Amino acid sequence: MDGFIFDVAHLFAGGLVLASLMLLYQRRLYALLNVFAVQAFVLALSVAWQAYIQDAPHLYITAAIALVFKAIVIPVVLHRMIVRLGIHREIETVVGIGPTMLVGMGLVALSTVVMLQVAGAVDPLAREDLAFALSVVLLGLLLMVTRRNAVSQVVGFMSVENGLVLAATGARGMPFVVEISVAFSILIAFIVIGIFLFRIRERFDTVDIETIDSFRGELR
Amino acid sequence: MSTILDLLVQGAQMALVLLLAPFLTGLVRKVKARLLRRRGPPVLQPYRDLIRLFRKEVVLAHNASWLFRVAPYLIFAATWVAVALVPTFATGLTFSWSADLIAITALIGGARFFLALAGMDVGTSFGGIGASREVMIASLAEPAMIMITFTVALIAGSTQLSSIAQFMLSPEAGLSVSLGLALVALIIVSLAENARVPVDNPATHLELTMVHEAMVLEYSGRHLAMVELAASLKLLLYVSLIACIFAPWGLAAPGAGPIALAVGAFSYLVKLTIGAGLLGLFETAIAKMRVFRVPEFLGGAFMLGLLATLLLFVLRSH
Repeated sequence: MDGFIFDVAHLFAGGLVLASLMLLYQRRLYALLNVFAVQAFVLALSVAWQAYIQDAPHLYITAAIALVFKAIVIPVVLHRMIVRLGIHREIETVVGIGPTMLVGMGLVALSTVVMLQVAGAVDPLAREDLAFALSVVLLGLLLMVTRRNAVSQVVGFMSVENGLVLAATGARGMPFVVEISVAFSILIAFIVIGIFLFRIRERFDTVDIETIDSFRGELR
Repeated sequence: MSTILDLLVQGAQMALVLLLAPFLTGLVRKVKARLLRRRGPPVLQPYRDLIRLFRKEVVLAHNASWLFRVAPYLIFAATWVAVALVPTFATGLTFSWSADLIAITALIGGARFFLALAGMDVGTSFGGIGASREVMIASLAEPAMIMITFTVALIAGSTQLSSIAQFMLSPEAGLSVSLGLALVALIIVSLAENARVPVDNPATHLELTMVHEAMVLEYSGRHLAMVELAASLKLLLYVSLIACIFAPWGLAAPGAGPIALAVGAFSYLVKLTIGAGLLGLFETAIAKMRVFRVPEFLGGAFMLGLLATLLLFVLRSH
C-alpha cells in the first residue's frame, strides 16, 4: 500500500513536469492554453492526493481552487482575451523549440540534483515533490524568458505558481492562510496583468514585448 | 530431446513472424480503408503482391553495383533475425539469450545502413534524397531508442527482452510514470522507424516528401519483394516489441507445455490485431508532418526518454 501511495504521488508530480515541458513545446496560443489547463488539472489531482495521504482536509480546498480557477476560469478568460486582442497566430519564440527543450531538460536535471543534495534527510515523498516543484518553477521561468508574446508570458507566470503550490502541498504543515493568500494574490496579479496587456496593446499596437525594449517614453 | 524441442519452438517463432508480417501490413491497410469508408484491398493482398513480385523479372540499372543486388537480402536477413529475437508468444526461446534489446536496435540499424547505401548506389536524385532523409530520421530516432532501453533496463534490471517481459508480469512492476513516458517515446520512435504517417506516408509513390519509397524506387522483381517483406517484418517487430514490453500478458513461460504455447500464440494474434487497429486509427486521425518538423517530433521522444530516466533516478535515490 505504501508503495502504491508513493507511485501515485510520483505519477502526478511527474505529470506536472511533463506538462511544463509540453508548454515549452507548443507553438500556438490556443494549444498553450489547453496544455496549461491540463497542467492545472493534474495539479488539482496531485493536491487532492496529498490531502488524502496526509489526512489534511484543507488541502481539498486548495485542490478545488486549483481546479476551478486555474483549470477553468483562467484558461477561458485568457482564451477570450486572445480573441479580443486578435492574436491567435503563431507564437514567436526567441530561441527555437529544440534548444529550448534541451535547456528545459537541463533545468530538470539541475533541480533534481540540487534537491537530492540539499534535502537529503527529508522523507522521500516530500523530497521528490520538492525536486519536481523546483523543476516546474524553473521551466515556467524558462517559458517566460523564451517567449516574446505577453500572453504566453502570463501562462509561464501561472505555471511558476503551479510549481509553488506543488512545493507547498508536498511539505507538510504549510499554514492554510498562506496557501489561500498565495492563491488570491495570483488572481489579483492575473487581473492586473490582464489590464496591463490591453494597455500595452493600446500603446504599441502589439503585445510583443520586444517593442518595449527600445521604448524611451517619448510619444510617437 | 529438449534441445530439439526448443529449436522447434524457435523455428515456429521464425516461421510465424514471417507468415504474419504481410498479414499485419494488409490489416493496417484494411483498417485505414474502412475508416475512410472505402472497401479497401483484401487483407491477404500483400501476400499476392509478394508472390507476383517474386515471379517477375528483375530490371537492373546499368550502373548498379554488386551492393545494389546484395542489399535486399542483407536487409531482409538482418530484419528477420531481429524479429526472431523478440519474444512474441513465448519467452526464453533458445536464441533469445544470444541478444538483447541493444543488439536488436543494432541489427535494425545495420539493415537501415544497407538500405541507405542501396538508395544512393544507382545515383538517381530520388534515392539520394530518400537516403539522406532516412539517415537524418535515424540519427534522431536512435538516441531516443537508447534512452527507452535505459529506462526499461533500469526498471527491469536487464536488457534481455525475456527477462523484461517476466519482470513486467510480476507484481513488482507496479505503476510507474517512467514506463508511461517510455511507452509514448517508443510509439513515436516506431512511427518514425516504420515510415508511418506523421513522418512519412507509406501509401505514396512519386512524391517529393517520401522517404522510404524514394530509396526503394529503383528496385523491382524479387529484390523489391525482399525489401517489402523486410519493411513488413520491421512493422511486426515494433508492434511485437511494444506488446512484449508493455503488454506481456499471455506470454508462455520458458519450458511451458503446448497449451500455454497455444494461449501465447492466441494472445499474440489478439495483440497484433489491436495494434493494427490502433495504428490505422492513429494514421487516419493525423496529418503528415513537414519534414522540417520531424526533428522536433523525434526530439520530443528523446526528451520523454530522458525525462523517464531522470524520474527513475529521483525514485531510486531514496
